[in-house]
Amino acid sequence: MSWFKKLLPAGISTKTKKKGVPEGLWTKCEQCQAVLYQTELVRHFNVCPKCQYHHRLSARQRLQSVLDADQQMEIAADLQAIDWLKFKDSKKYKDRLVSAMKVTQEQEALVVIAGRLIGTPVVAASFNFAFMGGSMGSVVGEKFVQAVNLCLEQHIPLICFSASGGARMQEGLFSLMQMAKTSAALARLAQQGIPFISVLTDPTMGGVSASLAMLGDIIIAEPEALIGFAGPRVIEQTVREQLPEGFQRSEFLLEHGHIDMICQRKDLRDTLARLLAKLTQQLSRTTVVSDDANE
Amino acid sequence: MSKHVLEFEQPIAELEAKINELRMVGDDSEINLQEEIARLKTKCETLSESIFANLTPWQITQLARHPARPHTAEYIEAIFTEFDELHGDRHYSNASAIMGGIARLDGQPVMVIGHEKGRKTKEKIYRNFGMARPEGYRKALRLMEMAEKFKMPIVTFIDTPGAYPGIGAEERNQSEAIARNLFVMSNLKVPIICTVIGEGGSGGALAIGVGDYVMMLQYSVYSVISPEGCASILWKSADKAAEAAQAMGVHAERILELGLIDEIIPEPRGGAHRDLPLVVERLQQALIKNLIQLKEMPMDRLLEKRYQRLMNIGVQHD
Repeated sequence: MSWFKKLLPAGISTKTKKKGVPEGLWTKCEQCQAVLYQTELVRHFNVCPKCQYHHRLSARQRLQSVLDADQQMEIAADLQAIDWLKFKDSKKYKDRLVSAMKVTQEQEALVVIAGRLIGTPVVAASFNFAFMGGSMGSVVGEKFVQAVNLCLEQHIPLICFSASGGARMQEGLFSLMQMAKTSAALARLAQQGIPFISVLTDPTMGGVSASLAMLGDIIIAEPEALIGFAGPRVIEQTVREQLPEGFQRSEFLLEHGHIDMICQRKDLRDTLARLLAKLTQQLSRTTVVSDDANE
Repeated sequence: MSKHVLEFEQPIAELEAKINELRMVGDDSEINLQEEIARLKTKCETLSESIFANLTPWQITQLARHPARPHTAEYIEAIFTEFDELHGDRHYSNASAIMGGIARLDGQPVMVIGHEKGRKTKEKIYRNFGMARPEGYRKALRLMEMAEKFKMPIVTFIDTPGAYPGIGAEERNQSEAIARNLFVMSNLKVPIICTVIGEGGSGGALAIGVGDYVMMLQYSVYSVISPEGCASILWKSADKAAEAAQAMGVHAERILELGLIDEIIPEPRGGAHRDLPLVVERLQQALIKNLIQLKEMPMDRLLEKRYQRLMNIGVQHD
């Protein structure tokens, strides 16, 4: 092997390289349109290195970006939605579920993993926006409650990463009631003095925003995430005026006192660990180089 | 008879008009029209019976929004005594889309809270058409916590298109206001009875809708999103509202069938506005009866029952 080839990362072979660009090697930033090397983007937790735009993460990417790699246990992984109403619009709800599962390779819009965050035991829940817009139906509500129950049982903190358009219309009133269900469970958690940190990511709207997401002891948002109750279009149609710039974005919420802080994705793991250690009266925890800890 | 006639009520209204016409003619002519009038009356009766026995969810939605439909203020007036309205969230405004205060039900002090849509144009604007801003929910929360402090049961009346979608509402954190109410109501140490009297519109309805006993008037609706909203998102056209109402199952009968409410209060044929005293009587009786039962329950059992009621929603039991 020549000295030159040794410099190349393992797994990349110059010999097999075909003409043209392999799919998925390069990608465009959704915000600044910069052409980015996919590996580079992933290394930055899907944050554009040029403009700092935070691209959406899947539930699993999110959880892997904050949790320690070992000692993970998924909760209620098999729960699947029930078509209570035999709902059908232009498409059957059942078919929508099937295609959402196919696209995301997930059973539902929420993934819950019990694990550790730089050593601190936590239960972490994360919404998958790609699964029917991260909408909250009965299974999302139930999984969230099971996450809370595990926290109550083991007396460990809860973290939730929201990314949702709101309640899932296809489950009608069952969905609406999940707002009350998840909020009631959080009330129990609060009574036991167990911390709940809510991390709002793009977008956190409607029924999810108006229940579990806004009930964190500490509420953190990622930069420029859209967060609110009513969608901007609905508001525009109602008030018939132009919405102010930056309306319903994280920075707007911080200014209006709705959230505690805005946190860059690269700092999220350390920030969460620092906050949790203090809230649970533990010694200060620091991470090694964050890149390594997340591999 | 009300001057507002819904589309599906049109055939009944036409027959009724015809009967009235005949009566007028009959009064000043020698021809005996009594037979014809009686025949038409029977026909009208049969017709309205069949129309109201087979209302679609969308027609029921229209009835729930009927301009003459009794509102919270009228029910408070008729069901309770000594109502003292209390105002304000103590932070920003009064938010008159929700009204509340202390009253007596069958002599017992209770806290009453409900959405009020307003009747005439000026009042509708004052009440913001029953669409509360965050202050409305925060006022409700203040009153509910007061009720807990002074051990008064809470009675709520739900009648709202939804929480107000406005710039100011978002600036003052509409989401948090709703979420906080759900959080607190789930564990308030007094009995709570909620009744949907008209429109139960989404999170704005639920924000005063978490309780121990939930009832709906027969022609009221309760849904996660308005049929129009659902139609414009899923069918890409608000014209498909009737389909959406049907698909979501917004009406009381269906919601009871799904196990999400405890009781339906029957209304007179044609809706509550046709016979308010009758609806008042039924609602009052149901409230008194259920409050007595709830008050007898030990507090920890009441709270556990309220909690389990929520936890069981959307879980399949084999």
